[in-house]
Amino acid sequence: MEPAKLDHAAPPPAAEVASEIPAALPGGMRRFSARGAAPYGYLSPTMVLIFVLMVIPIAMVVSYSFKDNVIVEQNPVFAGLANYTKVLTDPDFLAALKNSFIFITVSTVAHLLLGLGFAMMLNTPLLGGVTKAVFRIIYILPWLFTVAVIAVIWRLMLDPSGVVNYILTTAGGMRDGVDWLSDPATALWALTFINIWAGFPFFMISILAGLQGISADLYEAAAVDGATAFQRFLNVTIPQLRPVLISMAVLDLIWTSQQFALIWMTTGGGPLNVTEMLSTYTYKQAFSSYEFGTASASAVIVLLLTMILAFFYVRLQKER
Amino acid sequence: MTGGGTGLHGRLRQLLGVMATAALVGAVAVGCGGSDEGTSADGTVTLEFAQWWAPELPAGSFDKLMSDFTAQNPTIKVKLLSGPYASTKQQLVTGAASRTLPDVVGLDGAWVSDFAKQGAIADLTALMGDAKYDSSQLASQIQIKGKTYMIPVVNFVYPLFVNNDLLTKAGVTKPPSTRTEFLDAAKKVSALGGNVKGWALPLDTAVPNGVQNDVMSWLWASGGSMLTQDGKPDLTSQQVKSTVEYVKSLYDAGVVAPGALTMKEQDKVEKFTTGQVGMVIDSLAHITLIKKNNPKLNFTVVPLPAEDAYTGKRGIPYASWGIGVAASSKHKAEAFKLVQFLMSQQTNAQLSTLANGFPGNKTAEPDFSTSDPLFKTAFEIYKAGYPANEFVGLPKSEDLMRSFDEQLQLVLTGKATVDDALGKSQESWASVLS
Repeated sequence: MEPAKLDHAAPPPAAEVASEIPAALPGGMRRFSARGAAPYGYLSPTMVLIFVLMVIPIAMVVSYSFKDNVIVEQNPVFAGLANYTKVLTDPDFLAALKNSFIFITVSTVAHLLLGLGFAMMLNTPLLGGVTKAVFRIIYILPWLFTVAVIAVIWRLMLDPSGVVNYILTTAGGMRDGVDWLSDPATALWALTFINIWAGFPFFMISILAGLQGISADLYEAAAVDGATAFQRFLNVTIPQLRPVLISMAVLDLIWTSQQFALIWMTTGGGPLNVTEMLSTYTYKQAFSSYEFGTASASAVIVLLLTMILAFFYVRLQKER
Repeated sequence: MTGGGTGLHGRLRQLLGVMATAALVGAVAVGCGGSDEGTSADGTVTLEFAQWWAPELPAGSFDKLMSDFTAQNPTIKVKLLSGPYASTKQQLVTGAASRTLPDVVGLDGAWVSDFAKQGAIADLTALMGDAKYDSSQLASQIQIKGKTYMIPVVNFVYPLFVNNDLLTKAGVTKPPSTRTEFLDAAKKVSALGGNVKGWALPLDTAVPNGVQNDVMSWLWASGGSMLTQDGKPDLTSQQVKSTVEYVKSLYDAGVVAPGALTMKEQDKVEKFTTGQVGMVIDSLAHITLIKKNNPKLNFTVVPLPAEDAYTGKRGIPYASWGIGVAASSKHKAEAFKLVQFLMSQQTNAQLSTLANGFPGNKTAEPDFSTSDPLFKTAFEIYKAGYPANEFVGLPKSEDLMRSFDEQLQLVLTGKATVDDALGKSQESWASVLS
């Protein structure tokens, strides 16, 4: 077989190079050439947008977090780490941190398990094509609704005199209904359930795509070796899906930690702060208490926590 | 060889083109594309007016008022920035922070103190002086340290809405007038069974105005106050304690609709509309909505019940569509002309009629001829009592409501005593109102 020609990689003739970068240019000018600057020129619209829309706002929030009475006073004073101390010793912040941890981890684990379960169901050869298509549409529906619609639907369903309690009291044998979203004992779990319901279809679709990419040869080989269905799942499916599962889990941790609208429109952080999350805590500090300094400190803490997750995500992507 | 030179120029041209595009994108992104400050070449001034009123009025009616204003003032145009209440608030909070408030702003009394403290809204006393405006015609002005920052344009009162059919069915012959009568009526309505309860208490902490409209209203109806004469919190007073104890007694009696701790105002209205609740304290602005959603609902409005022995005038909670002028506006005189227009006898009466509210101009008379008769009834209640809303003008008023709300929730769920909760609220409020 004839080796591939690599003419396109050959260096241009020396004379042509010389014509584009004149050797007579002074040292500093020699480094700055049209060819060298062109990539930056092409990148500059993106860089300007990133600078204006990301770097400046983040820098401003970080600077606010070190000032007292920022925004509300014309001349805020430097407060050092006072805002951070105030936030980190605030029982409401610590409660929000704990609630966020529960909300995020339970949501992510449930998203993974449900997504995997439903994806495997939709990938099974036991169901016909039409049946799979119907279920695929049904399962993906929650993902198509906007947060506002999801909040309204579930507020109505979980209302003390709503559909869920009606079913439980008439068919489920319960004597009294439950105040799902307004009882401190159930509110966090009800909210987490809504978030799980709203988010699992994205996992399902992503995992389904991963499942469809696994070669049937692997399953056949495992079957020939005498592996049971569970062993094939454990030793073929899971290792093959591992990159997808880990990436999705890390992304979900980040996305769920940023959840605000759903919490605000269902419980608002109540009752008795049991559904207060870092996002709602920060919002209240800013737009209710007008404490933009502590709100910024809280936002920076959230940013740092999210960056840890983002770091793992980027590292995983690089490993792949 | 020539190709090399052409390539260099071509690349330079490309580079310059890309950089020019980047500069343009940057300029647009940072919003520095223009510098007309609302004045056109022919001297016409365009005022920006941010408010949440237009979406709540009949379609196009507020635009028509603005057209009338422009007809009277041909050199001033008005650009309406309309949105729902919550998004308008956020827009104004961020605008106040960045000193980019629109020229004229719709205000809620709860925001005034904070905006004034930030120096974001202008001193209207000075503008009134400059325009030689007769402020005696104004029903009220919201002042901070003696300076007016907001003028209420339209007021919406919160009487007690009573479902006549439910009360009759429960054997209650007349709407309650005292706290004892209210508890009794609420118990009888709740005894009807099903999902029906006597009263709804929205205590959602995301928008904690239930504290103002549904809790403190009981205090104001009996002539009480949550503040001392010099504006300090007075939450441990006997009157406030009696109010909180009364609300708890209603909760403990099982007459409050379930889900109170995260109930929102719209849930309260919905429950009353669907006949799940016999009585609610609600805004007159919702009469049209209630009648539209349930035309068969037989209800009336009555004054808020007071303490049994109370014989004085009853305070009635209210909310306002207030108006202010941005301190950063380059066209304050023109902006105040718009304020004057909206507060004029004719326009104010017209706007109040459209909004089903009560006018901010004392001489304006809303036209009830085509309105629901309940508005006339409410106007009588309003005139017989006095408008009471002590949260108006307080700094961080939403935060004050929220901290009180959280303590009240602890009381209702038995996690704190009334004295402890009020003591903590007093402490919390004192740090803000000191």
